[in-house]
Amino acid sequence: MKAHLLSTADLDREGALQILDTAQELARVADMPIKKMPTLRGRTVVNLFFEDSTRTRISFEAAAKRLSADVINFAAKGSSVSKGESLKDTALTLAAMGADAVVIRHSMSGAPHQLAHADWMDAHVINAGDGTHEHPTQALLDAFTLRNHLADHISAPKQGSVGLDGLHVAIVGDVLHSRVARSNVHLLNTLGAKVTVVAPPTLMPLHNDGWPCEVSYDLDAVLPQVDAVMMLRVQRERMEGGFFPSEREYSQRYGLDERRAALLPDHAVVMHPGPMNRGLEIASRVADSDRSLIIDQVRNGVSVRMAVLYLLLGGNESALSEVNA
Amino acid sequence: MTAVPVVLDASDISRALTRIAHEIVERNKGCANVVLLGIPTRGVPLAKRIAQRLQDIDGTQVPSGSIDITMYRDDLRLKPARALSITEVPVEGVDDKLVILVDDVLFSGRTIRAAMDAVSDLGRPQAIQLATLVDRGHRELPIRADYVGKNLPTAFDEAVHVHLSELDGEDSVVLGRDRS
Amino acid sequence: MSAKVLRNVRPLGGELVDVLIDDGVIKAIGAKLPIEDAEVIEGNGAILLPGLVDLHTHLREPGREDAETVLTGTAAAARGGFTAVFAMANSTPVADTAAVVEQVWRLGQEAGLCDVHPVGAVTVGLKGQQLAELGSMADSAAKVRVFSDDGHCVNDALVMRRALEYVKAFDGVIAQHAQDSSLTAGADMNEGEVSSQLGLKGWPRVAEESIIARDLMLVQYVDSRLHLCHISTAGSVQLVREAKARGVNVTAEVTPHHLSLTDELARTYDPVFKVNPPLRTQLDVDALRDGLADGTLDVVGTDHAPHADEDKDCEWGCASFGMLGLQTALSVVVDAMGDRLDWAGIADRMSVRPAEIAGLSDQGRPIEVGEPANLTLVDPDSTWIVDPIELGSKSRNSPFAGRSLPAQITLTLLRGNITYRSQKVAQ
Repeated sequence: MKAHLLSTADLDREGALQILDTAQELARVADMPIKKMPTLRGRTVVNLFFEDSTRTRISFEAAAKRLSADVINFAAKGSSVSKGESLKDTALTLAAMGADAVVIRHSMSGAPHQLAHADWMDAHVINAGDGTHEHPTQALLDAFTLRNHLADHISAPKQGSVGLDGLHVAIVGDVLHSRVARSNVHLLNTLGAKVTVVAPPTLMPLHNDGWPCEVSYDLDAVLPQVDAVMMLRVQRERMEGGFFPSEREYSQRYGLDERRAALLPDHAVVMHPGPMNRGLEIASRVADSDRSLIIDQVRNGVSVRMAVLYLLLGGNESALSEVNA
Repeated sequence: MTAVPVVLDASDISRALTRIAHEIVERNKGCANVVLLGIPTRGVPLAKRIAQRLQDIDGTQVPSGSIDITMYRDDLRLKPARALSITEVPVEGVDDKLVILVDDVLFSGRTIRAAMDAVSDLGRPQAIQLATLVDRGHRELPIRADYVGKNLPTAFDEAVHVHLSELDGEDSVVLGRDRS
Repeated sequence: MSAKVLRNVRPLGGELVDVLIDDGVIKAIGAKLPIEDAEVIEGNGAILLPGLVDLHTHLREPGREDAETVLTGTAAAARGGFTAVFAMANSTPVADTAAVVEQVWRLGQEAGLCDVHPVGAVTVGLKGQQLAELGSMADSAAKVRVFSDDGHCVNDALVMRRALEYVKAFDGVIAQHAQDSSLTAGADMNEGEVSSQLGLKGWPRVAEESIIARDLMLVQYVDSRLHLCHISTAGSVQLVREAKARGVNVTAEVTPHHLSLTDELARTYDPVFKVNPPLRTQLDVDALRDGLADGTLDVVGTDHAPHADEDKDCEWGCASFGMLGLQTALSVVVDAMGDRLDWAGIADRMSVRPAEIAGLSDQGRPIEVGEPANLTLVDPDSTWIVDPIELGSKSRNSPFAGRSLPAQITLTLLRGNITYRSQKVAQ
């Protein structure tokens, strides 16, 4: 059976750490005079993007190219959503072209799962963000960034690689619709961190009993306790759904401005998956401050995606096995 | 596993490394420009030991590091993807240096081929040389070692195990038949 | 030789008897009937039930003949033991005029595999705004008595009130598809823990329950008849139970899939499990079983909803709602309710009560001399594995594919004519 990366819920601690440790080694490629390794020569990686995301696509593209894979960018704007070519026919096309891995971004939750499990093609599938479900490589790069920057605040385990044990991370914003939040809640918890999600009640899933995290509606109360705060992007179209009364009120109650950032412990860091709405969920001065890791996140994205590609594609069988068969 | 013949004991290994260090100094007329890169796992402590000996002989502090060759292997597609080892290139870099690769056992030569590719992605050394504790023959590529601790004729299906005190608690080289 | 003897069968699971059928009517029932000039069908102790009646079927003709036709849909019905089905109005064109309902009715007659009773739309084009010509449909050859905008809810309270009032003139019944559409915009599955994890938009139970609560008040107020389609939540069961206790003239239906499947299946993201109303949780399944057992829920309706492959072989979010049901209904109900309902109880929920609700005089009848021979025979000890390719329907979207189910139908008779006969009773 082919291995895939569809959800961080499928990763156990060992698997997650293997990705982070591999990324740690591959991070040095960025500093080499020749930023390229021959590892995936002759392998074809398809970036199948049903939804625009330039930053995620170029990150995967850079990762694949640094490993010498051939990269095909497939911007499937006319998906079956708009009655264009169906996901099935697209998959059959990619199979015929000999794709070894498909990196898929889709506006509908579960599309990567279907691509992996329907009998349409025989390639590794990497979820690059599906609807309001998951975005596992974003969570992995977030964990990688936290591990590097908060090393002094992490309790080292008795054996094995260092995880995120002892950290407390707040994830703030539109949790209901955020694939970044879903992936991070699972992964951070798997790696030993405590997670608190903070959102207005309308943007919090009503049935969150199964989520391995705490829930709060009060950002000011949470900030002094955390080692890191992840701000989520507010989709402006949510305004039309009446999830909150106005951008101004959202920003006042849940935006990370300078006053709120001052509530954080001195060592605490600020993250954002991008693209940011400066002045809405995060103030410019906070985003540009010393405690902001937003640019580090982008840089680390390439290393983490190289690690995922290598571990899935690098051998005759993947080092990553899917937990939920 | 039956009683294993010890090919080299601790003092044999120590003498072999000392001799290699002397040969390096002699051949390169000193070791001012040398950078030692050990190939994980056991090439790394061997490189450190040689560096120490070079300092003892020549008084020069020779930088030593490690270079992981996993991503450059030619048999990646034949085996499961494996965890990476650490690459630590000394701050001096490799450009215009005399890079000496250090490994425990020289066998098919494929590891060294991969290591040379890895080094050339790091820069352009003045030259690359190879030191190995044991050369057991059976080369599959046109590669030879510049410095050899011990030439050890083996059968193809034999295994050569190098134990080093840093990793294994003792220094020895033993021959086994459990290669599979 | 049109006479038939069903030998060694057990009506409603009772004593072994032979049943003589001639001229479409049961002529004699008794142990070891003398056989003269009649075809003998050996029952081997199988259960004899009145032919099943489905108040809720989508036959897709006219409009989506690629997914199902009256002929293929009724073939599936006959194989499932049904002798009458009610074809929902959401065809293309919508069955909102006498012309369309008569066309469907006529197609059913021509197929001859199962009585097809068209359901008329409540509102023009199922748009929920203007009443369709309910009286014309009632007066047509199809004699429509059941009206429903199924697939859509009659959301507007005033339109619902008028519809309930209007059908009193010809003893019609409004079958409501309870779904407050403002609470389900873009929703894909039950709102709960699973939807929150899968990132699929949730369909809250209250979207169903709030409409049911309102309609129970309306029907009591205007003193008409209300039928609730495909009840799916524990809360809805409780609302109906309380309404019946205070004498409201309401009947309720549950589907085989809501009696047996839960939203955990959405974890596969396989759209074969996408259905309206959505699969709920085990708590709801248990409440629905309780409701069907104690009679709060009157009938099982299949909500048989065939879809072409391309409407299910796609992203969950793009896929159509609905699943096949006719051919698996009895087996699924026996599987889910076998310990709660005896054969008479199953016959009541799947034949007697649906026929009563729809006002059919020749279906859901007792198995007695002089009654029409609309019958089906069930092998209670058999099991079968559902293979969508083998089903009578033109479509393959069965959520039970690959499952082993009990109680296989072996023979179906419509007014004495064999409409389905399995290999097992082929002489």
